[in-house]
Amino acid sequence: MGAIRLEQVTKRFGPAVVIPRVDLDIGDGEFVVFVGPSGCGKSTLLRLIAGLEDVSSGRVLIDGADATRLAPAQRGLAMVFQSYALYPHMSVYRNIAFPLKMARSEAALIDRKVRAAAQTLNLTEYLDYKPRQLSGGQRQRVAIGRAIVREPKAFLFDEPLSNLDAALRVNMRVEISELHQTLKTTMIYVTHDQVEAMTMADRIVVLRGGNVEQVGSPLDLYRTPSNLFVAGFIGSPQMNFVRGAEAEKRGAKTIGVRPEHILASHSAGDWVGTATIAEHLGSDTILHVSVEGIGTIKARVEGEFPLQHGQRAYLTPDPSKIHRFDDEGKAMT
Amino acid sequence: MARAIPARRRWLLSIVAWAVGLMILWTVLTSFKTEGEAIAAPPHILFFHWTLENYVEVQQRSNYIEHVSNSVVIALGSTLLALLIGVPAAGAAAFAPGRRTKDLLMWMLSTKMMPPVGVLVPIYLLFRDWGLLDTLTGLTALMMLVNLPIVVWMLYTYFREIPADILEAARMDGARLFNEIVHVLAPMAAPGIASTMLLNIILAWNEAFWTLNLTAAKAAPLSAFIASYSSPEGLFWAKLSAASTMAIAPILILGWFSQRQLVRGLTFGAVK
Repeated sequence: MGAIRLEQVTKRFGPAVVIPRVDLDIGDGEFVVFVGPSGCGKSTLLRLIAGLEDVSSGRVLIDGADATRLAPAQRGLAMVFQSYALYPHMSVYRNIAFPLKMARSEAALIDRKVRAAAQTLNLTEYLDYKPRQLSGGQRQRVAIGRAIVREPKAFLFDEPLSNLDAALRVNMRVEISELHQTLKTTMIYVTHDQVEAMTMADRIVVLRGGNVEQVGSPLDLYRTPSNLFVAGFIGSPQMNFVRGAEAEKRGAKTIGVRPEHILASHSAGDWVGTATIAEHLGSDTILHVSVEGIGTIKARVEGEFPLQHGQRAYLTPDPSKIHRFDDEGKAMT
Repeated sequence: MARAIPARRRWLLSIVAWAVGLMILWTVLTSFKTEGEAIAAPPHILFFHWTLENYVEVQQRSNYIEHVSNSVVIALGSTLLALLIGVPAAGAAAFAPGRRTKDLLMWMLSTKMMPPVGVLVPIYLLFRDWGLLDTLTGLTALMMLVNLPIVVWMLYTYFREIPADILEAARMDGARLFNEIVHVLAPMAAPGIASTMLLNIILAWNEAFWTLNLTAAKAAPLSAFIASYSSPEGLFWAKLSAASTMAIAPILILGWFSQRQLVRGLTFGAVK
């Protein structure tokens, strides 16, 4: 059981209010991702749940019980840090065994659990190594192993993949998702990478300046972002935002349309402009077109789209996929 | 990892090292001379009548072993006590600093800038009133307090090198404060703690001012032992040299074997 609830949680560091107020419900077994730009409070929120920081006001409930005053060790949670935070003077075996040793389990049980975790994470041959002898990915697995043996109510991940190279990141993403499928334990994952958020989460919590901008499934956030910030944060390349005549025509202050929802043509379309850049990814092409009276619009086209710099291009946004935003940046239905 | 030292600086370092070394060497050589030879002018450097009479007389006259044991007790005792207080203090300053922490550390350091003689009379009176004069207890406690600022500062700089998230990981893993210190902090800071211990032992061992003023016969360590050889009758150079050699021998040997640790400990904080 790993249901976590945050009730009117605020956090101040001296005079600075880092988290004005957060109310959040995380169900047992959910994979929830906290995502947002640097400084949005996502790591702070995670640390408040972990107990590494005290809340300034509000309550943290774990499985219905008030855990606000409990020390980290008593909350039954496990954390995987961005820097792995392995004990450098201990072998991999002892690192993974440490939480069990703190819980005073007996030696035979510790041995069994450590070896089982090592097996799951392909670490068996490295059990006698010290952390400094391991690669980044291996160290990350040791950190995960150390968390698994605790059999916690929930796993807390603090940007665990940020220190890894791109290819390894993709592999580890899949491994963590598979781990979630196997263990079915609640996982709270903090990242600034919206791709990680979209691919791994059951639900995403988008944060900015300590405020929750929107909570929803990845597709909810993609299809119906509640404001400009979420619309611009989710989706890559970023949504195109247009103000002025085009927006007013549709009854909004700002309209947004995703690059993948724009048709490009050499001959006809709603918007006409001059091509500046074409990014050829092989699978798609991203066209940057400077449209008169609107600005630079990015359009994503499947496959190859031949377009030279300076060439005329016509863009047509899909009318059913245009998002409208009011004066305050909130989405209009 | 040594950088190449430029030739001129090497020369200078050699001269300084020899100057210090020669003084010690001369003392050792003089200890093997007769009193007559010791004050001979011009001085005989190596070719003289080598004798052990000074050592014999020094050992007969005063109890060397007792002085050594006093020195050991004071040095080790004050070090262990200083660590007992210094580790938690430095730990708090490094991992949970408050608004006043910096000021507190600065104040602690400032107490070392005052010449001890300024508080000699009050301390002497306190010791007298509390019956601590000429006791190992009193001296050990005093040495602990005198060197505590240095111990706290050295440990503080070492603890700051330890990444905070490793300690947080220990906390998440279920370690209470005691376990955090014993299983994670201490092993990781072990070299730093060892260097601090060594430095404190040396400082306490060499301490002469307080030991001379606050001890008489029972608790006198080696520094008082040497001083007892400078008498109103005149200086017995050869015997003084023998006493000095016997007094510095233990600490010289300790320093020799731990020199790498010492150098590392004293300079590490400077590399940032």
